[in-house]
Amino acid sequence: MALDSKTEARKFKIVGTRPLRPDGIDKVTGRARFGADMSAPGMLVGLILRSPHPHARIRSIDTTRAESMEGVHAVVTRADFPAFVEDEALADVLDNCMAGEKALYDGHAVAAVAATSGAVARAALKLIEVEYELLAHVTDVDEAMRPDAPALHEDRADETVPAGMSDNVMARHEFGHGDIDAGFAKADRVLERGYRTEATHQGYIEPHACLATFGSDGQADLWCCTQGHYMVRNTCAAILGMEQGRLRVTASEIGGGFGGKTTVFLEPVALMLSKKAGRPVKMVMGRAEVFRATGPTASSSIDVRIGMAKDGRITAGFAELRYQGGAYPGSPVDMGSMSAFAPYDLEHVKTVGWDVVTNRPKQAAYRAPGAPMAAFAVESAIDELARELGLDPLEVRLKNAAREGTRASYGPTFPAIGLEATLRKAKDHPHWSAPLGPNQGRGVACGFWFNFGGDTCVSLNITPDGTVTVSEGNPDIGGSRASMSMMAAEELGIPYEKVRTIIADTGALGQNDVTDGSRVTFAVGLATIEAARAAKREMCKRAARIWEIEEDAVVWEDGAARPAGPNAGKHPPMSLAEIAAVATNTGGPIAGHCEVNAEGAGVSFATHMVDTEVDPETGAVKILRYTVFQDAGKAVHPAYVEGQFQGGAVQGIGWALNEEYIYGEDGRLQNAGFLDYRIPVASDLPMIDTVILEIPNPGHPYGVRGVGETSIVPPLAAVANAVSHAAGVRLTHLPISPPRLLAAIGAK
Amino acid sequence: MSRIHVTTTINGEAAEFLCDAGETLLDVLRDRLGLTGSKEGCGTGDCGACSVVLDGRLVCACLVLGAEAEGRTVGTIEGMTTGEALHPLQRKFLEHAALQCGICTPGFLVAAKALLERTPDPTEEEARYWLAGNLCRCTGYDKIIRAVLDAAAEMREAH
Repeated sequence: MALDSKTEARKFKIVGTRPLRPDGIDKVTGRARFGADMSAPGMLVGLILRSPHPHARIRSIDTTRAESMEGVHAVVTRADFPAFVEDEALADVLDNCMAGEKALYDGHAVAAVAATSGAVARAALKLIEVEYELLAHVTDVDEAMRPDAPALHEDRADETVPAGMSDNVMARHEFGHGDIDAGFAKADRVLERGYRTEATHQGYIEPHACLATFGSDGQADLWCCTQGHYMVRNTCAAILGMEQGRLRVTASEIGGGFGGKTTVFLEPVALMLSKKAGRPVKMVMGRAEVFRATGPTASSSIDVRIGMAKDGRITAGFAELRYQGGAYPGSPVDMGSMSAFAPYDLEHVKTVGWDVVTNRPKQAAYRAPGAPMAAFAVESAIDELARELGLDPLEVRLKNAAREGTRASYGPTFPAIGLEATLRKAKDHPHWSAPLGPNQGRGVACGFWFNFGGDTCVSLNITPDGTVTVSEGNPDIGGSRASMSMMAAEELGIPYEKVRTIIADTGALGQNDVTDGSRVTFAVGLATIEAARAAKREMCKRAARIWEIEEDAVVWEDGAARPAGPNAGKHPPMSLAEIAAVATNTGGPIAGHCEVNAEGAGVSFATHMVDTEVDPETGAVKILRYTVFQDAGKAVHPAYVEGQFQGGAVQGIGWALNEEYIYGEDGRLQNAGFLDYRIPVASDLPMIDTVILEIPNPGHPYGVRGVGETSIVPPLAAVANAVSHAAGVRLTHLPISPPRLLAAIGAK
Repeated sequence: MSRIHVTTTINGEAAEFLCDAGETLLDVLRDRLGLTGSKEGCGTGDCGACSVVLDGRLVCACLVLGAEAEGRTVGTIEGMTTGEALHPLQRKFLEHAALQCGICTPGFLVAAKALLERTPDPTEEEARYWLAGNLCRCTGYDKIIRAVLDAAAEMREAH
């Protein structure tokens, strides 16, 4: 569905305003039900036993003592699950939920119990005897790539990996065009530098939780916090060897996800425990389990080479990216390689990405997966080159910025995009010319994200009294029910308060992709608009029937059906409520629906600007001022768009300054808690200023682009650039924690 | 294992419950009394999602034993609304879009209410430091701080 031709001239009545969210009262009163807030009669408590070893063969598991303990109703190990799962990626998900032959990381699940209370379950876990054969381990990406590194898997590399490499290298990706050697030959200056980023966790405040009820008739119900309950249904069904239609999944309110809830951890185990016990089983992770066994994102080691002419034109760009994604294939190095140079219009560009496994938890998506690390490396190098050549870093980016018609470094040709607009806005903003004090520095960086569409279903129902309910299948993680109600009301020409949007369970709609890829406001919005249009067509038909005129002689305007053409003015308009009231007599209930694989998600760009102050004695960095410039296509609910910009920026600040997975020599995670894995707190930060640009996405009827992920792409580099200028030394390893910054200053 | 009988006051109403000696106040509120508005984000006092007020003092319910509630008064998010009327903080959180997912919201509201009872006219810095024990991963805190300062201003005007 393409952009409405009149969009730019279109006057929106509701889209672009800031109404209260429909789930607001529940969330400020404590009534909203999140994953852990549900109970069932006769419910048992499920807990997981986890490997304390980073790499070990599981010789045997003896559960007999645990099973005979009073109050224990079920114990499961991998032996309870189907021996074979056809899809390789799903087989990995099962192996991650419950280890098979080997425990592959500290925290890997090896068994689970269901008991009458948490205390009994905890005691039972201690009675499970696991015999491990300890194996050598590796947690660092560069070490894991050495041919003599301990191997996690054998013969799993795909055909892109050259012979002779470590068994831990799973795939090689390559993107680009032109002839980089020719491009580098034209450069006045070539910079080559290596960068590193550490693994970070999505850090959602709500731990994973679910409540499973498996009936003796083979039907099951599952309540869980997830970014995609349809994904949960399909994944669990495949893992458990059951039909998808026999498992009904209801999404709870979700307490943050950021990509980390786009897969399953507890759900198949809870279902299996419930099946064995014959009773509902609730499982809730503790925070240490969340850190040890869920998320995190990849850590990276990246080499960049960029050639620049004296005038700032980039003559060639090359990057080699190595990401470890934990114990299974699938690090987001492919998307890192695709996005690294995406903001720029380059004649000669090439990226090579290596997907590497290590003895760490299987990585999960984290907001613009793979892109922030790549942008950190490339945007740091561009900043350093601009400074060496005495050029304005915003001018350099403007000179090279991708525009409509640019062939992107990863292949496609861009339609209308907003990077240039964000850069110009940044240049004109008072922040750019504000004075800086001693030990202070300003950094800028750009970021890109693809955005996705995908499978989407919406059912829009007109009630007999003329109110409207919208059923959609994507968990609302940041206010999307408000946006859907707004778009439905806009399209129908009725007040926002007349529409209520709910998230339906898996039995109510067709397949819906996960709430990810910044897809919901775009794709579910598109489907909502299309469903509203279908309902309008039906209502016009009903009015035509009442008026006894031709269907195509009726139009929908300002919330009412009106006779048009030769009949214009001959009948008074019929409102939605008036048509709904007599629907029984004109053909029955009225609804509109849309099932679509939404295409046309417009790519998104942002420019971030940040001022930092460095304390040269302690190595502490303070964020003084921060401004986000991002293209939203069309901001449906600007307050929630600003919220996405601010939240992404602050997660990026955490990644840049504080957050990292720290492993000891023993391969165990040393900071599995919020005290030692420090996410930004309110006192670390200033207000985060935002500038929303609206360059309409031609692929959406209202011009909407996804906004959720792009905002985490620039901040790593923007902060690193600012700190580098403040400290007078280039920082190439994130996070720039106080010890790391002090060491860099000391080595100056 | 024998359980402890506890008599207490929760949100102004008399309450009693039986709990194990090692059970936290948070577990009692959520699992025994059905008050699931207080959330467990960490269980170690680092995230503030379980913030409650115990005899007028802001605490993490995950760090208090259920038995410690004996003879004391507990205030939770469920007691913040008077009838149908939202507390100004609750209203301002909605108006400023100060929540995205909402899991941290009850803890922030309880903590912010405790701040404004002590400091009716907090500076931005005071609000930021008072709320530094409450983690929010969605918002970057901007709209939360604005909502708290705006609620404070409205409450001062009302007096």
